[in-house]
Amino acid sequence: MHQESKQTNIAFVIGASSMGTLIEWYDFYIFGMLATIISKQFFPADAGTAALLSTLAIFAAGFIVRPFGALVFGRLGDLIGRKHTFLLTLIIMGGSTFAIGLVPGYATIGWAAPILVLILRLLQGLALGGEYGGAATYVAEHAPAGQRGFWTSWIQTTATLGLFLALGIIILIRTNQGVEKFSAEWGGWRYPFWISILLVGVSVLIRMRMSESPMFTKLKAEGKTSTNPLKESFGQKANFKMVLLALFGAVMGQGVVWYTGQFYAQSFIETVCKIEFVQSRNIMLIAILMATPCFVLFGWLSDKVGRKWIMLLGMLLAIFTYRPIYQTFLNIANTHSRIDKIDLTKTVASAVKAKTDSKDPTKIYITQSFDTAYTDGAVFKYIKTDTLKLGATYNALIPIDSLNPSLIVSKSAKPNVVVEKTLGHAAYWDMIWLVFIQIVYVTMVYGPIAAFLVEMFPTKIRYTSMSLPYHIGNGVFGGLVPFLGTLIVEFTKTSSNPTGDSLAGLWYPIGVASICFIIGLIYLTNKIDKNVMD
Amino acid sequence: MNTIKKLLGYVWMLLAPSIILFLLYEAYDKITKAAAALQSNVILQWVIILLVFTPICIGLFIFGTYASKGEYNHLPSNSAEIE
Repeated sequence: MHQESKQTNIAFVIGASSMGTLIEWYDFYIFGMLATIISKQFFPADAGTAALLSTLAIFAAGFIVRPFGALVFGRLGDLIGRKHTFLLTLIIMGGSTFAIGLVPGYATIGWAAPILVLILRLLQGLALGGEYGGAATYVAEHAPAGQRGFWTSWIQTTATLGLFLALGIIILIRTNQGVEKFSAEWGGWRYPFWISILLVGVSVLIRMRMSESPMFTKLKAEGKTSTNPLKESFGQKANFKMVLLALFGAVMGQGVVWYTGQFYAQSFIETVCKIEFVQSRNIMLIAILMATPCFVLFGWLSDKVGRKWIMLLGMLLAIFTYRPIYQTFLNIANTHSRIDKIDLTKTVASAVKAKTDSKDPTKIYITQSFDTAYTDGAVFKYIKTDTLKLGATYNALIPIDSLNPSLIVSKSAKPNVVVEKTLGHAAYWDMIWLVFIQIVYVTMVYGPIAAFLVEMFPTKIRYTSMSLPYHIGNGVFGGLVPFLGTLIVEFTKTSSNPTGDSLAGLWYPIGVASICFIIGLIYLTNKIDKNVMD
Repeated sequence: MNTIKKLLGYVWMLLAPSIILFLLYEAYDKITKAAAALQSNVILQWVIILLVFTPICIGLFIFGTYASKGEYNHLPSNSAEIE
């Protein structure tokens, strides 16, 4: 009965902590998932790749500020307790996410739009910086000795499940509304931000029922809490050297593997391979769903064999297989290799359509799509849009091919071409398995790491000490993967090679994981600290 | 193994400033090559990259210093050893 009661208690602890953490991840990730739409809404219309890079930079800003959140809230958590601190982080995260959904677009308020979004994104980053360390510490301090990896691995699922929830909600709304309505200034893309406040409200109510960590309560009762956790964490060499080892020997590599396998993979499939929006997200959703149980598997396994070798193996596999995996992505989506597979009976060009600009009735967009169908079921769509400026308001009753050419004042120098590739069944599943493999690496490096970090530091400064390396490793090294990856590819573009080397961006995560692997291999121990109550 | 840890410590101490120098070189190269209209954007990107990675490289240098002095030859097994 006593054993059942302990199990029920820890199950409630896991559930309550995980739900709030999951929602915070969801809040954080919807921004990244909607980066291409956000870049169009909050930046000038003609900014192109620069707008996307700026959006990714704002996305990255939320990551870069996480270590500061770790310091602020980590310190608070070691001073006043875990429970109240991560209640506060949840409220800040929910509020700032909801507010992002309320910011008008660039078309309405100009440069105030991206500035407001940046400020709110920074608040999100600060809140998340305080959340994870608290949740992992809280669960670990409730977990029985010998099962810490297993119980904390449930918290480790929340980041990926938050991503899953973000993807799922976005797809649901977009499918329901259609592309145009979804992408409009006050369109459906804002709904995931607004939905957050409901999820946060529920989570706050649940967290208010939680009791404080027993270890912290004991420490406080004995008068042994830290009076200056920041100074004790980073001002004393004995602890500071462990903070550095945690960062350079474990979390740095874990962070880049995490973000490459999930964020960079999704961005690569959508923007480089040009896989259609809904299909690219379904690929991620299915792969995430299949791989998520592996977090718990590797967390459990780490209790048996130690944390170090599982994490390092995940990094090593990533280092050697990323380039072949991403080359295979390119091969699957390659048009030229499919020329002999074109199904001419289903390859069509659509009728030319004209649409008037909503603000300028003399400007029209002429669109035509060309669907190339393949025998394996794939359909590659090319949507070509020319912009015409007319001398008078366009009369929509006149068919566009009957338009008097003398009315045309100017025409866009080059048409805007959007490529959308929908894969056939076999290729679709090939992509899913390739993403699945990467997420398995994620589960190997991430499943054991909460227990690993908790075991490195004493109770009274644990929240502070583990939060900082975690959020530098994930927030900075990991969060910069999409931004730096895209930037590195831009650097490889030349006049003779305008598309650049699509795989060049992978050198960043491969390089960082390699250094981390060597440091972890040489300096980390595989010993599990059974007693974290000191 | 402890000898390898110490020797690698010097490697990390060399790697840290090398990374900063590499980033400074790349920043100079990319900013000077950027088109006039995009230059402020490129400058901002590289300022952010340098601001983020400089303290991290300082941390890597400190890590290397500790390693070269044998600080990681024995890892603490309980909090008393840290305190």
